[in-house]
Amino acid sequence: MEPRLGAALGEREQAAAAADDALVIAGRELRSRLLLGTGGFPSLELLAQAIRESGSELVTVALRRLGAGGARQSGSLVEVLAEAGATLLPNTAGCHTARDAVLTAQMAREAFDTDWVKLEVIGDEDTLMPDAPELLRAAEELLADGFVVLPYTTDDPVLARRLQDLGCAAVMPLGSPIGSGMGIRNPYNISLIREAVSVPVVLDAGIGTASDAALAMELGCDAVMAASAIARAQDPALMAAAMRDAVSAGRLAHRAGRIPRRTYATPSTTHTGLAEFGGGAGTGPYGAG
Amino acid sequence: MIILNGERSDVPGGTTVAGVLAGLGLRPDERGVAVAVDGEVIPRARWESFALDGDAHVEVLTAMQGG
Repeated sequence: MEPRLGAALGEREQAAAAADDALVIAGRELRSRLLLGTGGFPSLELLAQAIRESGSELVTVALRRLGAGGARQSGSLVEVLAEAGATLLPNTAGCHTARDAVLTAQMAREAFDTDWVKLEVIGDEDTLMPDAPELLRAAEELLADGFVVLPYTTDDPVLARRLQDLGCAAVMPLGSPIGSGMGIRNPYNISLIREAVSVPVVLDAGIGTASDAALAMELGCDAVMAASAIARAQDPALMAAAMRDAVSAGRLAHRAGRIPRRTYATPSTTHTGLAEFGGGAGTGPYGAG
Repeated sequence: MIILNGERSDVPGGTTVAGVLAGLGLRPDERGVAVAVDGEVIPRARWESFALDGDAHVEVLTAMQGG
């Protein structure tokens, strides 16, 4: 008897298969397709647990004034993230202008010794939607300054292509507003973005639960970024594990190729050899089946 | 008057960036800290030598959970 595929693969083979499917951003190979935001976790212990369970290799951090909201938290946060083996991805969260975002990115480069930046330029406080013209301006400046830029963008395929054409290493379209947990409100646009660009597409913002992450991957996204969905879950570590598996399952399903949707049933069992019992024809309310 | 993280401070002009950080209780090799003076990032290598004007606006930023 042929061994089942899953059973036949040992841990080493599974790791090798996963490595073949590694995500590459700006030449950097990542085994995990789940990026983790560190905001909103009730404690550093829960954050560390979530990083471990998520398997994430890239985690975002923000820059704020020293002493604001938690005094000397910084040292311990950076240490916790280093202990968890995670690579820091600084963001420009809260910046509303290209100038502020560029300065924040430059400060992050000094603080964390990385030229990677998750670029956010916010245009509106209620929706936290990106300000497209400022975003393009900031991306252009940062790219000229040698940064690896991963921009948080709307689910607009034209803007995504503009960002790619400037030289951004990936695009990070929102599924729905940050922290809303509304999932992917326009899956067709996410598919269009996937077709419009060749750089990695990282679904950012709006993820509410595991099925949202799986859908993102099934739509062809290369990775998913989750923050609030994990940090504000009742059990963050458990949700981190759920997201890890959902991203992995969605990726496998995308690679496997789903069946087309049809209005009418297609029998999965052949009619060939179906028994004909006779005798009862026409007696039922619906006639012969 | 030097403005430190948006507030008036009693740090005198001529103080170096390293001096300001020491006053905040930070080690000179503190990880996850960055400094800007009057809207310009001051690289770590210049912290010891960079002396502040008497009316400088200084921002000392550090890592926070976010994103």
